[in-house]
Amino acid sequence: MNFPKTPSVARFDRTLATLERGDRAVIDAIDDADPMVQRLMTLGLVEGVVVERGHSAIGGDPTEFRVHGLAISLRREQARCFSVTDIADA
Amino acid sequence: MSATSQTIRISADNIPVRRSGQVTIALVGTPNAGKSTLFNRLTGLHQKVGNFPGVTVERHVGSLQVEHQRLELIDLPGLHSLSGFSQEERTTADVLFGRQTGQQAPDAVLAVVDATNLYQGLYLLQQLLELGLPLVVALTMSDAAERSRIAIDRDKLSELLGGVAIHPVVATSGAGIPGLRTALGNVADQAPAAFQPVWPELFEEARRLVGGEVGTLKLAAVARDLVDAASAQPGTDPHQAPETVAASSAAVFNGSPALAQEARIRYGWVRNVLDQVQSRGSGVAGLGARVSEFFNRPVPGTLSLFLVMAVVFQAVFAWATPLMDLIDGATGSLSAWVLGTVGDGPLGSLLADGIIAGVGSVVIFLPQIVILFLFILLLEDCGYLARAAYLLDRVMRSVGLSGQSIIPMISSFACAVPGIMATRVIPSRRDRIATILAAPFMTCSARLPVYALLIAAFVPATPVGFLNLQGLVLLGLYLFGIVMGIATALIMRRTALRGANATFALMLPEFRVPNPRTVLIQLLGRVKVFLKRAGTLIFSVTVIVWALLYFPRYDIDGYVEPRQRALSSELSEDERAAGDEAIENLGAARQMEQSWLGRAGRAVEPAFAPLGWDWRITSAVIASFPAREVVVAVLGTIYAVGDEAEQATLADRLRRATRADGSPLFTLPVVIGLLVFMALCLQCAATLAVIRRETNSWRWPIFAWCYMTGLGYVAAMLIYQVGSRIT
Repeated sequence: MNFPKTPSVARFDRTLATLERGDRAVIDAIDDADPMVQRLMTLGLVEGVVVERGHSAIGGDPTEFRVHGLAISLRREQARCFSVTDIADA
Repeated sequence: MSATSQTIRISADNIPVRRSGQVTIALVGTPNAGKSTLFNRLTGLHQKVGNFPGVTVERHVGSLQVEHQRLELIDLPGLHSLSGFSQEERTTADVLFGRQTGQQAPDAVLAVVDATNLYQGLYLLQQLLELGLPLVVALTMSDAAERSRIAIDRDKLSELLGGVAIHPVVATSGAGIPGLRTALGNVADQAPAAFQPVWPELFEEARRLVGGEVGTLKLAAVARDLVDAASAQPGTDPHQAPETVAASSAAVFNGSPALAQEARIRYGWVRNVLDQVQSRGSGVAGLGARVSEFFNRPVPGTLSLFLVMAVVFQAVFAWATPLMDLIDGATGSLSAWVLGTVGDGPLGSLLADGIIAGVGSVVIFLPQIVILFLFILLLEDCGYLARAAYLLDRVMRSVGLSGQSIIPMISSFACAVPGIMATRVIPSRRDRIATILAAPFMTCSARLPVYALLIAAFVPATPVGFLNLQGLVLLGLYLFGIVMGIATALIMRRTALRGANATFALMLPEFRVPNPRTVLIQLLGRVKVFLKRAGTLIFSVTVIVWALLYFPRYDIDGYVEPRQRALSSELSEDERAAGDEAIENLGAARQMEQSWLGRAGRAVEPAFAPLGWDWRITSAVIASFPAREVVVAVLGTIYAVGDEAEQATLADRLRRATRADGSPLFTLPVVIGLLVFMALCLQCAATLAVIRRETNSWRWPIFAWCYMTGLGYVAAMLIYQVGSRIT
């Protein structure tokens, strides 16, 4: 069986990766083709949940996100697969 | 097989299984939900650690007595979902579905749900309830939830879950445990909760697929296969779903990601339930949360990480040394006493140099191993390990590993065996194997005596800045090991283990005070595993090396006695004793020379001639293949200073050693070549055995051995050939 080459990078404009520290936003769409993203979804990152961006490690990656009081750390290429709407806009 | 025995065979699925006597309960929960603490609280020291057959997942089984009922509790690895992403998750699912080899499906489930993390807890709980087994919920961390002003309506929750019993417990203090024990005593006789599957379409499809009447458990297993077959993981070997299931699965989801669909549906349900049962007050952030917040900042986080690593290092080396010296001294005196009592015949020698030395060489590792495991467990239990992996992820990723590789690598500076055992936390098999192959390059404590001897003998203590040249060479050897380990990981991830970077979804638990009871029980378990896996091997290898050195016998007495008698009677008492000892050591060297090992050294001498080694170095190196620290004792014997010689004496003798033509044997190229050889070579049978266990195949240990030995040989040869031409 062949493995998929690289994770497909979503074409979303506003994603978890574009949030600034302390920003809160709602996930509105997910590029779910990549099994790694599906794995993140089983951890609770699904459409409709509120996410708050926390600190990043030195070098800006990975970044910590808070969901329902939990801290999950994501690498940038994974954060890009989650499209978000800012809470103020919603 | 006879016809009669065939006719009475009935499929196990058709027998209503009700075991008399022992009831088996599976303990399942999300990571960090306090599952191990609860397990230890319920079973105390009545537990056994083993492996599930065929996989490297640890099987913790404990027992408890509730009135006249004996319960067997299986502590399964923490997981977020029954869909198998990692080996541990697949094994947990297989145990619950009753398809793990040698393990019947449990009679009941004890689900551990963290009251501060109902969100993820309820996701797993749905999947557990759908198994249709009797189930009890232990709601842990209820005290922490109260502190964080999280109020949970337990009656409402129980109702929404189909009437399942929910027991709030605080595993650290023991609150709620008696009630839970009573509930566990009765659980096997209870009917399963009336829980309706959250994704009914999936179960209908599963029912259609199997056709006919099957139990709920079987149905849940088929439903699980349906989803997992549609989401086969790259880099993992998915559970072999029957082909019909795979085909049907493709039809049901029409190629859309089933797992993503499942996550949406189940979390939709969870959020609906949470709205009804949970209310969060706007409480002040607890101490744990504030501490977490501080260490999450990039700069304090990274600085504190270096501090923690420095303390662990310091502890492993500085605190362990006095204990190791003590053990060394004790083994020495015990050997001497045995030789004095039994005599120095074959039996005395076997006891003293074989068995006692063998046990000693295992026990001497214990101080470092115990301190290292203690730190790892403390850091794990307080939530710091995940934090370290997060902080170092970027650095480790640049060499093709992930943040989770850092702890195994650091542990390997003490000993590669616990380091390789610590790779279990790495979910990606490719990352894990790359880490396993890099770990033995780290300078372990067994390399130190070899380095110390050769450096003391051949490197002058010239001051270089505030260090001296000896210290600098030692530091260089440490760095050399790190560079080679990282290069190996990098090469492997570019070649045999090529593949996309694995997912890095790391839950960062809040800091909490470690529970001493949990840490101690786990420490005991790991030390036992070390003694069983590495200890037995190191011990047997020491005895074998003893035999190879002891046989065949040379007539030592025939050599020693006439020479001792010939010593001039004009010598003083002290001079006479020194002379006797020197002659005895010469006798031992003769024995060594014609022992099986000495003969082997001579036989393969030509193969090592390009490295500048004579038969003596070759014999010592051969003897050190099972355990590299043996090289010092063997050199001591060969150079006739006795195997317990002071390092200075041996170093002095090495400096004066010559070849047959009278030229010095240990020239600079030979010494550097030997140091590099010892740095690169995988001379450790215990490491090989652990790689075999952890990768579950002979392929990786054989590869690691050939690769590292080949590298050591070529490097030592290059250094000698080039070095002896320019000096």
